[in-house]
Amino acid sequence: MTDERSRGIILQLFVLIVVLVFIAFITSNTIANLQRVGLASGFGFLTDTAFFDINQRLIDYTSQSTFGRALVVGLLNTVLVSALGIITATILGFIGGVLRLSDNWIVSRLVTSWVEFTRNVPLLLQIIFWWAILTSLPKVRDSLSIGGMAFLNNRGLRTPAPIFEVGMEWVIAAFIFAVVLAVGIVRWARKRQEETGKIFPAWRVALVLIVGIPLIVYFVAGQPLNWDVPERTRFNFRGGFNITPELIALWFALSTYTGAFISEIVRAGIQSVSRGQSEAASALGLSKNQTMRLVIIPQALRVIIPPLTSQHLNLTKNSSLAIAIGYQDLVSIGGTILNQSGQALEVVGIWMAVYLSLSLATSAFMNWYNKRIALVER
Amino acid sequence: MSETDVRPETQLDGPSIQITGLNKWFGAFHVLRDIDLEVAQGERIVVCGPSGSGKSTLIRCINRLEEHQEGMIIVDGVHLTNDLKQIDAVRSEVGMVFQSFNLFPHLTVLENCTLAPIWVRNQPKAEAEAAAMEYLERVKIPEQANKFPGQLSGGQQQRVAIARSLCMRPKIMLFDEPTSALDPEMIKEVLDVMVDLAESGMTMLVVTHEMGFASQVADRVIFMDEGQIVEQNSPQEFFNNPQSDRTKLFLSQILSH
Amino acid sequence: MTQAFFRQKDQMLGERPPPASTVGIVGWLRTNLFSNWINSLLTILSLYILWSSVPSLIEWAFLEAQLSGEDRFSCSEGAACWAWLDQRIGQFLYGLYPSKETWRIDIAFVLLFPALAPWLIENIPGKTWLRRFSFIYPFIAAWLLVGGWFGILDSVTTNNLGGFALNLTVGLAGIVLSLPVGILLALGRQSRLPLIRWFSVIFIETVRGVPLITLLFVSNIILPIFLPPDVALDAVIRVIIMVSAFASAYMAEVIRGGLQAIPKGQYEAAAAMGLSYWQSMRLIILPQALKISIPGIVNTFIGLFKDTTLVIVIGLFDILGIANAMVSNPDWLGLSSETYVFVALFFFAVCFSMSRYSIRLERKLDTDKR
Repeated sequence: MTDERSRGIILQLFVLIVVLVFIAFITSNTIANLQRVGLASGFGFLTDTAFFDINQRLIDYTSQSTFGRALVVGLLNTVLVSALGIITATILGFIGGVLRLSDNWIVSRLVTSWVEFTRNVPLLLQIIFWWAILTSLPKVRDSLSIGGMAFLNNRGLRTPAPIFEVGMEWVIAAFIFAVVLAVGIVRWARKRQEETGKIFPAWRVALVLIVGIPLIVYFVAGQPLNWDVPERTRFNFRGGFNITPELIALWFALSTYTGAFISEIVRAGIQSVSRGQSEAASALGLSKNQTMRLVIIPQALRVIIPPLTSQHLNLTKNSSLAIAIGYQDLVSIGGTILNQSGQALEVVGIWMAVYLSLSLATSAFMNWYNKRIALVER
Repeated sequence: MSETDVRPETQLDGPSIQITGLNKWFGAFHVLRDIDLEVAQGERIVVCGPSGSGKSTLIRCINRLEEHQEGMIIVDGVHLTNDLKQIDAVRSEVGMVFQSFNLFPHLTVLENCTLAPIWVRNQPKAEAEAAAMEYLERVKIPEQANKFPGQLSGGQQQRVAIARSLCMRPKIMLFDEPTSALDPEMIKEVLDVMVDLAESGMTMLVVTHEMGFASQVADRVIFMDEGQIVEQNSPQEFFNNPQSDRTKLFLSQILSH
Repeated sequence: MTQAFFRQKDQMLGERPPPASTVGIVGWLRTNLFSNWINSLLTILSLYILWSSVPSLIEWAFLEAQLSGEDRFSCSEGAACWAWLDQRIGQFLYGLYPSKETWRIDIAFVLLFPALAPWLIENIPGKTWLRRFSFIYPFIAAWLLVGGWFGILDSVTTNNLGGFALNLTVGLAGIVLSLPVGILLALGRQSRLPLIRWFSVIFIETVRGVPLITLLFVSNIILPIFLPPDVALDAVIRVIIMVSAFASAYMAEVIRGGLQAIPKGQYEAAAAMGLSYWQSMRLIILPQALKISIPGIVNTFIGLFKDTTLVIVIGLFDILGIANAMVSNPDWLGLSSETYVFVALFFFAVCFSMSRYSIRLERKLDTDKR
């Protein structure tokens, strides 16, 4: 016993010494190299002026802003495309997974072909492909018009921008009120069912309320929503809101790629619920809808959610491929800053810190979720 | 402990189940051939036979878990066709117990039993739970009501499955090899529950190899092979005086140990 | 019938064929395409989508397409232009490798098959010799690609290695390296020695938590800072190291899942037999864990191969990089669809075959178990 223990300790000591020597080696080289080039370490450079432009941004930024602000713009761009991508990929994935299990032979085969093709072609290739298509659209002068309100060209999609006028705040307040009311109704209906057994179509009523009440207030307040419709000028458009082809291409490619993986996860999750479960539910007289809702989906979600969150995290990390088409996300802007300031270690450190925090947060969530919903067994 | 009457008021004097000229194919395989069967109310029938004989398929046709291509099945006066409403109506009057129990693992024992009464019969929760507790007492595991199926033994799970079906107050109970997946020491507790059920007057159709149960409780024993009914008789006649050679062969294999 | 009843053997009913409307083509159509009105609607919709897109796609790609020519102006409008294939196929396959020497890459590629065969195919004659060959194959291939050893072949700098040959080189090297390193990391993560366990966990979580691009930046920019000024690692070697490190972290997690799926009894039985830690791992635990993890392992390989396209970000010209360069060349401007679809087919062929092989392997091992 002591032999094994002492062997273990010796091994660990050995590993520790090797690692420490390695770190010392790297550190001394780093210091020497940085001194040679005359770079100062530290994050002070973040307050230097950037002198470069960012064309897709969510907050104010000019070429006179600081590096630090540029990084924040990049981070927001990453968050933007990741959030949009996660939403559409999940929707696509669930639809695809359910359709893949359809007993309609053509539908099932079509979805399978889409999934197999998308999963086996590199994401970078797909991103570049969609971007090439979007940038080979007609020039601004010959834009494709969508209903005369939106315009598609090689600089992106120009859509009307909403203008909130006086009175809009009432519509928003009405919406919040409707949501609260809907939640209340769902709760009340559930309680009523427990007590009397009668079923109330609470969800449908809730939907009608959430759409209807703000709509009514909207008209009563004199339709306080206007649109800044893009107008053609000689060489460009005036007004409206431009979505760059980089964002569209990245969003589209991320959604279809990750959506294909998610559809496989959803399919596996639904198939993991044994047939006997739906047979038992049917034998008890539950309708197909009820069987899905009360028996199949709760069990399927247990199996689906952990790999689903992994895919969401993958999508967020994959958004860094933006650099290949010039979408200025965190990595792309960091790369520019790195080139301009030479502060490679710090920039890479920032990248690692941001993405690692996202990963660790996702892991923590998955662990918590798994513990909470684990099926109780002997 | 109140004796819950398992058989609700019957509107018909006719047979519970009427099967005429039933034929079913799985692809090209002729799995059920020209089955004619009538089950009277309160009758207890045991169906036995070698594996692949179609006995499970037969009772699964009765609650439309399997579709038949030819013939007529009338359950409690309702024709079984593709009409969803009729299928649902039949299923709430016919209970089924499976070989692999098929309890819902994400719900407690009590929730397993109250799920269908709440969502299909629109019963208030308190009422459904009270009835469920009565049935759980009847199958002798009321103390497990708040446990999850994963925490129970096989025999306990099967008894919960029986209680779950009974909570819908079915007129007919189908059993598909209810004890085949159980360890030997747990078979008795499930059979006891089934005997108790039979003695309270429930119409039962049981696919099983448990011949002791058959001789104790059955009104009729049916032997199936190659998708058809080969022999049927009262248990005494069936076991002591089998007529067909097939039956004799089967019985010699079953009863030799 | 409640009367007693019996049949003798000669009275048993034979099989009958099923009703005509339920089998054959009609039956198949009814169950698979038109079983209810929703399905019928979907079928009609799908057929419409296929009918309106597939014929025009085939026309564009094949029937009216141009197959040879000097530049894009020799192609007709509105149809695919494949003229560049004739001119540029060498670049797509080999990058900027000197065309006189590309036969070396061809030989290395051909030798790949006997090197892989003993590991992938069950019944092969001369397996032991082939396995020994596969151990020396990496050295043979490296020598063929780079040359200059012992003054026998002309030396070619790895910067000239490009195109699909680059993808294959990085991909295969990554696959071969990531599996053993991944196994070591997985074992390290399970180790009872706290230091080893912590190092493994930190390595795995850090590498898995960041995008591969950032790691490639590290290899390109940070590594030179970490090393003494006169030491320069070859670009392709750096990429191989990074890609392998990245894949081995994912591999470690896949194998960890496999290790956890093995019943404790196996570990105990091995210990009870007096096997040392490494012996029990090598002979009992790892073979089972690897078998279970095959789908995950092959998925990691497929991901690794797809990730080789990222070298474009650090300036190496793999097949995607060549495609990009060509599409921006004025001679071939605007032919992005044809070019990218062509490149996509390469990857699809390799990745799809890998996933099919994995499914076959799984099935074969499954039947072995019964």
